[in-house]
Amino acid sequence: MTPIDIAVTLTMAIGAVLMLTGSIGLLRFPDVFTRMHATGKCDTLGEALILFGLIIFQVYHGHELLLDRIIVPTKMLFIIIFLFIANPVAGHAIMKVALVVRTPMWTKKGWNIWSKEEHK
Amino acid sequence: MVFFEVFIWILLFTAFIALYRAVFGPTTFDKIVAVNVIGTKTVVVLVLIGYVYSRPYFFDIALLYAILNFIAVIAITKYIERGRICE
Repeated sequence: MTPIDIAVTLTMAIGAVLMLTGSIGLLRFPDVFTRMHATGKCDTLGEALILFGLIIFQVYHGHELLLDRIIVPTKMLFIIIFLFIANPVAGHAIMKVALVVRTPMWTKKGWNIWSKEEHK
Repeated sequence: MVFFEVFIWILLFTAFIALYRAVFGPTTFDKIVAVNVIGTKTVVVLVLIGYVYSRPYFFDIALLYAILNFIAVIAITKYIERGRICE
């Protein structure tokens, strides 16, 4: 176990715990909006941490070829950047449609049924 | 030594938890959110599979799957909101 291996394992373990937390929140929360509150942040950050650990592993343990040292971490960096842009956009689209269609919302006083005047 | 297969099994377990919400979700949006979550986990699992089998081509498949997942969510939400996709 070199210090690089310990750092990689720790980063990936934090990412896996975040993804597990997001899934449990998706299973346990009562409402569409609270479920999206749980999964929208945990999934993006967990995925980014796992791929960041893999980038560290690849830079230090890859072969001497150009493909292994440069191109493969660049591809994983592309995946991280794309998901950091695409995941909040998808979450915003789902939330906007759920508000337009007037999905019932959970509050502390009970379920909020949308009235006629209360729109968007 | 880092054990990548352990992380693959943990991510498959979390995807299996999210599959309950994708099948039995009360509203349509629960199902869309669950499918989005499973797609995000699938990207990470594909990258880890590329490490376990030591083939770097799986990263291209992971990037393509991320783009497909995003386009699917945008198309479904636009269809529900406006009634049609192209206008």
